[in-house]
Amino acid sequence: MTQSHRIPGKGRIDRARPVRFTFDGRDYDGYHGDTLASALLANGVRLMGRSFKYHRPRGVMTAGSEEPNALVEVLEDGQHTPNVRATMQELFPGLHARSQNRWPSLSFDALAVNDRLSAFLSAGFYYKTFMWPPAWWEKIYEPLIRRAAGLGSLSGRHDEGRYEKAWAHCDLLVIGSGPAGLMAALTAARAGADVILAEEDREMGGRLLSDAPEIDGRKGDAWALAIVAELASMPNVRLMPRTTVTGAYDDGTYGALERVGLHVPTLADLPRECFWRIVAKRAILAAGALERPIAHPDNDRPGVMMASALRSYVRRWGVDPGRVVIFGNNDSALDAARTLTAEGVRILAYIDPRPVPPVEEFRVYQGDVVGTTGHLGLQTVRFRHRGGVSEIAAETLALAGGWNPTLHLACHMNTRPDWNEGIAAFVPRPDMVPGLAVAGAAANRFSTAACLADGAGAAAAALADLGLKAPDLPVPKAEDGVYAIAPLWSVEAPGRAWLDFANDVTTKDVELAAREGFASVEHMKRYTTQGMAPDQGKSSNVTALAVLAETTGQGIPTTGTTTFRPPFVPISIAALGAGGRGHGFAPERRTTSELASRRMGAPMIEAGLWFRPSYFPREGEATWRDSCDREVTLVRQAVGVCDVSTLGKIDVQGADAERFLDLVYSNTMSTLKPGRVRYGLMLREDGHVMDDGTCARLSERHFLITTTTAAAGPVMRHLDFVQQAFCGDWDVRLISVTEQWAQFALAGPRARDLLNTLLRDPVNAQGFPFMACSETRILGVLGRLFRISFSGELGYEVAVPARYGAALFDRLVAEAENLGGGAYGMEALNVLRIEKGFITHAEIHGRVTAFDIGMERMVAAGKDCIGKAASQRPGMIGPEREQLVGLMPLEGHASLTAGAHLYEEKAPATAANGQGYVTSVGYSPTLNSWLGLGFLKNGRARHGETVRLEDGLRKRKVQARVCDPVFFDRDGGRMRG
Amino acid sequence: MRITCPCCGSRDRREFTYYGSDDYLRRPDADAAAQAWDDYLHNRDNPAGETRDLWYHDPCGTWVKVTRDTVTHAIHACEPVAGEAG
Repeated sequence: MTQSHRIPGKGRIDRARPVRFTFDGRDYDGYHGDTLASALLANGVRLMGRSFKYHRPRGVMTAGSEEPNALVEVLEDGQHTPNVRATMQELFPGLHARSQNRWPSLSFDALAVNDRLSAFLSAGFYYKTFMWPPAWWEKIYEPLIRRAAGLGSLSGRHDEGRYEKAWAHCDLLVIGSGPAGLMAALTAARAGADVILAEEDREMGGRLLSDAPEIDGRKGDAWALAIVAELASMPNVRLMPRTTVTGAYDDGTYGALERVGLHVPTLADLPRECFWRIVAKRAILAAGALERPIAHPDNDRPGVMMASALRSYVRRWGVDPGRVVIFGNNDSALDAARTLTAEGVRILAYIDPRPVPPVEEFRVYQGDVVGTTGHLGLQTVRFRHRGGVSEIAAETLALAGGWNPTLHLACHMNTRPDWNEGIAAFVPRPDMVPGLAVAGAAANRFSTAACLADGAGAAAAALADLGLKAPDLPVPKAEDGVYAIAPLWSVEAPGRAWLDFANDVTTKDVELAAREGFASVEHMKRYTTQGMAPDQGKSSNVTALAVLAETTGQGIPTTGTTTFRPPFVPISIAALGAGGRGHGFAPERRTTSELASRRMGAPMIEAGLWFRPSYFPREGEATWRDSCDREVTLVRQAVGVCDVSTLGKIDVQGADAERFLDLVYSNTMSTLKPGRVRYGLMLREDGHVMDDGTCARLSERHFLITTTTAAAGPVMRHLDFVQQAFCGDWDVRLISVTEQWAQFALAGPRARDLLNTLLRDPVNAQGFPFMACSETRILGVLGRLFRISFSGELGYEVAVPARYGAALFDRLVAEAENLGGGAYGMEALNVLRIEKGFITHAEIHGRVTAFDIGMERMVAAGKDCIGKAASQRPGMIGPEREQLVGLMPLEGHASLTAGAHLYEEKAPATAANGQGYVTSVGYSPTLNSWLGLGFLKNGRARHGETVRLEDGLRKRKVQARVCDPVFFDRDGGRMRG
Repeated sequence: MRITCPCCGSRDRREFTYYGSDDYLRRPDADAAAQAWDDYLHNRDNPAGETRDLWYHDPCGTWVKVTRDTVTHAIHACEPVAGEAG
């Protein structure tokens, strides 16, 4: 296809690099440097989409991220990205885009019938029209409306694209690279500050690229290029093109979305987008201003666009707009008409309600536009003037309704801007966001000279705050014209005049909202949906509230604005959540024995952030239960090996370490002798059990305590708090050593035989009794040995520096297998501890007291401890509380389920009848029965009773006998032996 | 939101774990009246304005007392907990 609407030799495009792309399945050519919008215009394509509600034909309105109309789907590899603004999508070879919200095709859309039904589809129509019958809403009306009104569609597939997130830090963040932004960045950079310059466009320069006013005798775009080149050469400057700053947050933190790989084919090894969090000591918002349209009848046809966008398409992209009519109400409109004429564009008429003296280059009319024709694209413009009503044929109608400063970011901390009568727009107030200054057009400075000076001034102020000296940098000379405007929001004439193009809101909708009582700006917004489309009303908010103010007669300052909220542009959730999928979802902690466990076929299960082996299947075992039963039996009869490195280990040292441990444990640790271990219980300050574990006294001033796997972090945080808050002048230091040591449990009657195959100095029963600890040489490595048991068998735990863990595990398993034992996993560990009535966080789940688990005597008298006072308050102790009990089904093979509730045998299963619940269950091959642990009201006094376990989720009812939670070896002879 | 860790300097709030009011620093004596414990454990003000609360800097283990304004989000002071009680 030839590029029929390209002006030869014009534009900042690379004619040496033609680019082929498709739109709605048809091939087109453009050039490197084009956007999808500019390339389509250059090919004479004005129709780019259909409107949201009425399915009206629409074309591109703007040349930036505020685009309300030209939303397309970008297709790649079976994926499609909906609602991409054609103005922001850079052209690349093989780009496939298609229009959306139309069927069967863009030029013939069946639902365009909505446009003829518009009388019935006014603001709030779905609240009124689809009321009856009520049952129809969910089944018929809503699906119908959802299908009819909408934007792009999703592929329904996972987004496999790569996204990134990143942090950046700087002295000064400059947002926007027009004349104000460039001067600010240059001033700060020359002073040696760390500067980040973020620009939404692919190219730096802002309006200088489109308007090219003279600066120091050069064209503005050439001047910008030179400044950008200098900035690029400076090591203290980071230029971030294609980066939209999306939000201002507390303490100088800004969110920014960088389009990293959206302008190249997906084959490139680039993330699609990167979400930045930029921490800036100071920031300057130099985002310029957005031109607003004028609401006149049929102002939404393809070919109607903003005058500023027209200037961009002509100068930056060499697009030939055909015959042009300009409708404006301010001096920048006149300037646009003059500049465009100078660029060779045919301006047929300049229409302005103000009295404007005639000029040579084009016809000037005092009047307003009252209508347009052209079904799929603008054909004629009808306008009133002092001589009557005229109609001219034109391909482009440029609207210039004045400028709204882009002050969104300055309002992100819930402050409201001021109304300025002079420019009929909202302007920022000082200090709306701490550390953020607004400069240039965003701060109501509209001449190039004022922008340059303001940028330099804002940077100088920031430098002073930072303690840096501003460089001696003269402000370049440039035009310093006045921007005068006569507000014109909507034209009084018959027909529908659009305010919000994206959501199809007309002036009539706003008037209707006011008539029906939705006269507050926040109500009007929600009733009409004005400003709620992907563009968030960037080009319509001010005009809509001005129309509302005219309707209510309240005036704009009284009417006020809606709230500006981040993000400034739509951000894909994938960018916000970059790195958080799959393995990135949470950190994964791996033990030293993992590879060996996997080699043995063990499925790994999560335990907190850790992964632990579930069981070790052997040939002939059909289910996990087969493996689990075997592993339990091998521990009870021979010896088992289990990696227990995941338990938290905290090293506590100092002269006051014992005093500290007495404070954090409910029981007494100061009486513990060096070389001995004691079980310990920790309470929360509110009197409930926090965690349990062991406390080993390695020497007089050196303790090693363990926590449960899942509570290691919270316990460390708690201990740090107690130490820093209450023990500030004590001699005690804590550090987590969980990952420094690999630790393995050896459990079973032959545990000592296994251990002694590895120790330099073998142990015997008397010399190293139950609850002893010491250093030891194991396979030549200095390690630690503890005689503790979580299985109820003769048990040891050996610890070696983590780097020896893998080797030691292999050796332990091999030796254990020689003795008729082997490795055991979490399932067997769980059954073993249930048989013994040992608790885990299934039992100490945060709502139980020491009394509930039968350990009230572990809250030592005669000393204070964390949680002691609260643990002894009324209600924390007593027969009304649910207490830990054992549960055995009356029929041994009836399985129990954790989570089942307990009721008296015959009582109905109601909340009022609830007697307690089941916390842990397992099948005991030792006792040949299912076993359960649970909490039962006054349970310790009810051993021998029968209760009913009822599991409403799994629809199970089982009768069980209440018993002591220690099912096996009640006197502990096996582990003490 | 950024908090200055006395040990590590200015850090994003994602590095911190929130605990609660600095009331937690004023632990009653073991034999104090039930009301004192009640106040210590459960009764909290919810001021619009200046508030003091406790944050834990996870990477270095420092507890920080942060004085901040719940209305303006301004942070007025970040002090180590360890320096102040004893």
